[in-house]
Amino acid sequence: MKSSFHKIILALLLTPLTALADWGLNMTQGVTPISKEIYSMHMTSLWVVTVIGIVVFSIMFWSIFHHRKSKGVKPAQFSHSTTVEIIWTIIPLAIIIALAIPATKLLIKMDDTSEAKITVKATGIQWKWKYDYLDEDLTIYSVLDDNSAEVSQRNSGIDPMQSENYLRDVDEAIVLPINTKIRILTTAADVIHAWWVPDLGWKRDAIPGFINDNWAIIEKVGVYRGQCAEICGAGHGYMPIVVKAVTMDDYTAWVSEKKIEQEAKRNTKDMVLTMAELMTKGEGVYKAQCIACHQATGEGIKGVFPSIAGSSVAIESDNRLRHVQQIIYGKGLMPAFGEQLSDVDIASVVTFTRNSWGNNTGDIVQAKEVSEARSKPNVITAGDSKKEKIAKGKTDEIAQAR
Amino acid sequence: MSSIAHDDHHDHKPTGLKRWFFSTNHKDIGTLYLIFALTMFFVGGSMAMIIRAELFQPGLQFVDPQFYNSMVTVHALIMIFGAVMPAGVGLANWMIPLMIGAPDMALPRMNNMSFWILPFAFALLLSTLFMEGGGPAGGWTMYPPLVLQTGNAFPFLIFAIHFLGVSSIMGAINIIATVFNMRAPGMTLMKMPLFVWTWVITSFLLIAALPVLAGGVTMLLTDKYFGTSFFDAAGGGDPVLFQHIFWFFGHPEVYILALPAFGIVSQVIPAFARKPLFGYASMVYATASIAILSFFVWAHHMFTVGLPIKGELFFMYATMLIAVPTGVKVFNWVATMWKGAMTFETPMLFSIAFVILFTIGGFSGLMLGITPVDFQYHDTYFVVAHFHYVLLTGAVFALMSAVYYWLPKWTGYMYDERLGKIHFWLSLISSNVLFFPQHFLGLAGMPRRIPDYNIQFADFNAISSVGGFAYGLTQLLFVYIVIKCALGGKKAKPRVWEGAKGLEWIVPSPAPFHTFETPPKITKEMLDY
Repeated sequence: MKSSFHKIILALLLTPLTALADWGLNMTQGVTPISKEIYSMHMTSLWVVTVIGIVVFSIMFWSIFHHRKSKGVKPAQFSHSTTVEIIWTIIPLAIIIALAIPATKLLIKMDDTSEAKITVKATGIQWKWKYDYLDEDLTIYSVLDDNSAEVSQRNSGIDPMQSENYLRDVDEAIVLPINTKIRILTTAADVIHAWWVPDLGWKRDAIPGFINDNWAIIEKVGVYRGQCAEICGAGHGYMPIVVKAVTMDDYTAWVSEKKIEQEAKRNTKDMVLTMAELMTKGEGVYKAQCIACHQATGEGIKGVFPSIAGSSVAIESDNRLRHVQQIIYGKGLMPAFGEQLSDVDIASVVTFTRNSWGNNTGDIVQAKEVSEARSKPNVITAGDSKKEKIAKGKTDEIAQAR
Repeated sequence: MSSIAHDDHHDHKPTGLKRWFFSTNHKDIGTLYLIFALTMFFVGGSMAMIIRAELFQPGLQFVDPQFYNSMVTVHALIMIFGAVMPAGVGLANWMIPLMIGAPDMALPRMNNMSFWILPFAFALLLSTLFMEGGGPAGGWTMYPPLVLQTGNAFPFLIFAIHFLGVSSIMGAINIIATVFNMRAPGMTLMKMPLFVWTWVITSFLLIAALPVLAGGVTMLLTDKYFGTSFFDAAGGGDPVLFQHIFWFFGHPEVYILALPAFGIVSQVIPAFARKPLFGYASMVYATASIAILSFFVWAHHMFTVGLPIKGELFFMYATMLIAVPTGVKVFNWVATMWKGAMTFETPMLFSIAFVILFTIGGFSGLMLGITPVDFQYHDTYFVVAHFHYVLLTGAVFALMSAVYYWLPKWTGYMYDERLGKIHFWLSLISSNVLFFPQHFLGLAGMPRRIPDYNIQFADFNAISSVGGFAYGLTQLLFVYIVIKCALGGKKAKPRVWEGAKGLEWIVPSPAPFHTFETPPKITKEMLDY
């Protein structure tokens, strides 16, 4: 019975090495030179431990089978041998040295981010990724796609098995050129996140106040998916990463197109929309940016995320400025959206939240009001010197970015 | 287990609640520790059941993400500090005085206090689950800034950890004081049973590591409530500093859980192989080397935080080096079995399974130690599989082995061997169904601590959950076996197992309330383990 169990263990150990490699059982080989080396390093160490396991466990099971009392054997009484102790100290030592040498070389290679052609800074924010193309003055935000957001609501009644890229898709993928050394910096705005696309071969923590640098040369056109790998709060499972690798020409075209879009987004302060337009647009913004915490019902999660429905900030007319500024600057756990969202986006989501779930204020907030709120003093942190200092830093940063 | 109270009429002992609340008797306190650990094993286990139920299929069915995170966090804290550590201390309390021929622990009143802190500490921790905002949900590693977002649960978490630390340090001091001062004449250090050795070394780890954790969590407390910025980058602090502090505690903690397990297996295998432990001295040295090395490998939990390359190389080499003394231990256990005359009662089965499955966990540990590859493995289910192999099929299997091994000594009755074997085989199969597929999940790219996942991970999660439920149910059988054994059965002889050596087997079964009031006369034959 035990030796058949042994066989099962061995079979399980060996399966990922062979036929089932395509079944998503094993590590991906990835699409960068580094990811391929990591894969082969992984396979080498897997084989090494498998062989050691077979040898040691075979000896053990041979002993279990033959050296049993029921077979009438008399126990030997030896209990010591310096020679064998030395042998089984030296052999493992030699094996780990043999593994450490290539690992050291690979690590040194991974560490060298010099001569990168393109630098992208990935900033983890609860719960989305912001990407700054540092050579291009281009910033994009990448949030969980609407479909996954809807399906992933508790007891949504929609079967996730229908969506292939469930929780692995975003509204806006980052685009990177192939066959180019790309430096990817990781940092964070609030808590620690980790940026991980398995096909690129590594993950790296994104830590507030730190900038880590990494690199990749993607060798194949394609879409590569990953997600945040460090627990970062309730939305940890809901901040995917999608990298679209394209040719250099397509990349250049994409950059110029995005820059035009970005320019248009920056100048929305003169847009005037009707109530219906604001509500529709606001609902879209709400679903993409707010739903993870404040939920589809606007009621949040008791004790963790405050309710918007019935909240004085979202009802009382004295609090209009506070409402707008809370979205611009954030408050407590709530991140600042001032940089990510355009004036018209904020105007519409404020209008939407002031007129939904029983918040029937009838208020219409236009982009101009948001634009003015940006230049008014922050009413949320007023009177708290430490918070004011931090908030001022954020404001300066936002002003700089704009 | 309480039946020990009725057996020996020469013993005068308090009765009723007083006996347990005011106890200074190492056996009673050991029993309390073991019952408490078993209770916590089920509390933590039920949280694991919630986790596996939510992960059974993609989509969110049962709990909110925030509650899921608090389950992940509290499950780990309960299992580490509430189940495995107290179970180890309970065994130490019961067995160390018996094994070294001492009448009791050196500091019996402190022994009482170190136990009775535990229920209060866990009451603090568990009460947070019923608070508005829920329990701590930032992972048991409590990394700032995330942990600072915890609501009212935060101070309860910190103080619970302070209490647990105080309790463990008192337990450790007690063990050291007992072993160094109260050995019977002739019980020299290098004649002590391996279980005693591993606990002495573990005690030093506890005393060195836990104050560091206490300091770290206190800094979290002042960051949250008193305006300091130890870990706040915006205030000139460093979030990574906490990780260094935490893992300087956290890695030795891993061996605090594992070393007593090594000790148990080193008692059980020679007993059932009817052959002395192979390489006793090298086992002691290997244990000490592992303990010392464990203070130099902490940053292998942090390879992806962006350490300088020299640091990463140092911690990679140091980590891989631990494979050597660990390998020596495994080889020694195999050599102990070699040419023995083995029988396979339940304790032996659990110990053999420990050797195999702990080694599999060690293999994945070696793979995780290779830094460049860890950039893929880190924070995935591969890691989850790894540490559950070393902690559940490792440490917990060894604890089960110890309970079956010494239960007749505690109760005076033999447990039901047939049920014990059924418990073993069901545990073995279900735990592997539970954890082996998690290797595949991790390699395929599933991060840990997520409540919901992409559909490519659906099949293996379903299999893993089935294994999880089966493992959970199987442990109810264990409770039944223990209770049945405590209530009666075949009378146990003083030397319960034919091949068992050591002083605990020269006292009657059940062990009387007071033992070795005069030191035993130790013969060479007694210590031939």
